[in-house]
Amino acid sequence: MQYGSWFGGLLGGDLGESLITGRPVAEAIGPRVLNSLSLAAISLAIMLPLSLVLGVAAAYLRDRAFDRGFLGLSMALNATPEFVTGTLLISLLATNVLRLVPPVSVIPPGDLPWWHPEALVLPVTTLVLGGSMYLSRLVRISYIDVLSSEYIEMARLKGLSTARVLFRHALPNALGPAIPAAMLVAAFVVGGVVVVETLYGYPGMGSAVVDAARDRDVPKLQALIMLIAAIYFVLNLVADLIPGRQRVRRGRG
Amino acid sequence: MSTTAVPTVMAPGAVRGMRRYLRSPQLRLGCALLVVAVAVAVLGPFLTPFDPSVSIGPAYAPPGSDGMALGGDQIGRDVLSRVLAGGVHLLWMAPLAALSSVAAGAALGLTAAFHGGIADVLLMRLMDVVLAFPTIVFALLFVSIIGPQPWLLVLLVAVALTPGVARVVRGTALPLMSREYVQWGRAVGLSSSRLLWREILPNVTSPLAVELGVRLMIAINILASLSFLGYGIQPPAPDWGVMVSENRNGLSSQPLSVFAPIVLIVLFAAGGNLIAEGIARVMARSEGKDER
Repeated sequence: MQYGSWFGGLLGGDLGESLITGRPVAEAIGPRVLNSLSLAAISLAIMLPLSLVLGVAAAYLRDRAFDRGFLGLSMALNATPEFVTGTLLISLLATNVLRLVPPVSVIPPGDLPWWHPEALVLPVTTLVLGGSMYLSRLVRISYIDVLSSEYIEMARLKGLSTARVLFRHALPNALGPAIPAAMLVAAFVVGGVVVVETLYGYPGMGSAVVDAARDRDVPKLQALIMLIAAIYFVLNLVADLIPGRQRVRRGRG
Repeated sequence: MSTTAVPTVMAPGAVRGMRRYLRSPQLRLGCALLVVAVAVAVLGPFLTPFDPSVSIGPAYAPPGSDGMALGGDQIGRDVLSRVLAGGVHLLWMAPLAALSSVAAGAALGLTAAFHGGIADVLLMRLMDVVLAFPTIVFALLFVSIIGPQPWLLVLLVAVALTPGVARVVRGTALPLMSREYVQWGRAVGLSSSRLLWREILPNVTSPLAVELGVRLMIAINILASLSFLGYGIQPPAPDWGVMVSENRNGLSSQPLSVFAPIVLIVLFAAGGNLIAEGIARVMARSEGKDER
């Protein structure tokens, strides 16, 4: 019964009232959602081009010092939980070594996140470090496959420049498998905001989930989890729908 | 089946396989890291110089004061004792969750690949449903309703990790279904359970070993993160994830209170990751593919 009325309200846009403040849930989480989406969007805007460049560079310099260093670093970062990477970043950039940015991300209510770039540095860096290591490894593997194919050999034999071969000829085919992976990374960022926002006290959906779970504020928790699951689900769906297909251009050689 | 028959059939190939794996530098380093982390977690509780739950000195006492080699934590408890005592939970919970997810994922993936058709579609769509929730959010939901019970944490992590294993196992097993030995098995009327567990399973052990290493790393990450968020092991108890969370405010005055547990979490997780990486590389090499 309760679930039915809650679900009915959800469809109509009514998320119920918070048990703690008594105010409508939608009003309380609206700004939080905006803050989190901004954080995720900025992180992805940095992460995607960075992963592409790192992955291409490592594939091109395969088995050289750069590639080995890249693989070692990505393995280490992959094994490190985000709260650990984040704590190390706080130590490095905000407390023990340098004091460039504040260790806590304060965004006063009513302000938009990008008015406070100093508050975004640490959360964005933490998310970018986690996500780009996974994605750039996929780009690297995909590029190694493409670079060893016949048509790239042909382009090289024709004497085309390295940059032209890497970006004009290899890029379209190497991106095929990488695009669904990028969507999965976007989904990973949506999940990752929970830990990262809590670590830096960033006022977003993730820290709201942790607060609501602590306060046992069930209506708020339900609304937030539904929202995060919905975003995550849509991104996973897009990742499944984009086929990782290989195209070989034919025609003029 | 007599017990002696198995080793004589298995031995030569298995021994050569083991030696091949042991030559991989990643695998050796991974095993070394894992041994260090496990040794600290297992032996640590018996070696604590102080009671890990009793305050010895002032808050964030510097290293060396009051006989505390690594200093004190937020309420003056001995950091060294808490680090030594704080790995037990992670030590049994993470491997148990990883093993359960690999076992369940292998069973589901093999069943889906072997039977195909409607069973395959249903099982894999079910896996997609579980995958549709970010693991941490999924765990927070249930933990906030039922409470932070250790068995619940293990169960949630195992369930969240199963679909990934099932996908990999199904993908590895599908091409095997058209192999001659499977068709021979079907033709001579072997029972499907015998065919699955005795004939097909041995051919997917290497990918399963890789999955076990990867899932161990992820299980450690999730369980430590949940402790950090306050939804795993509960604060008075010593735990590496909890320590990072409760001593964060002392990061600038007593960094060791945060770094000591961090080092152990990373050693543990990196060990699992390196073992997976090492096995994957040896596999790729033995299949004649390029080493990546």
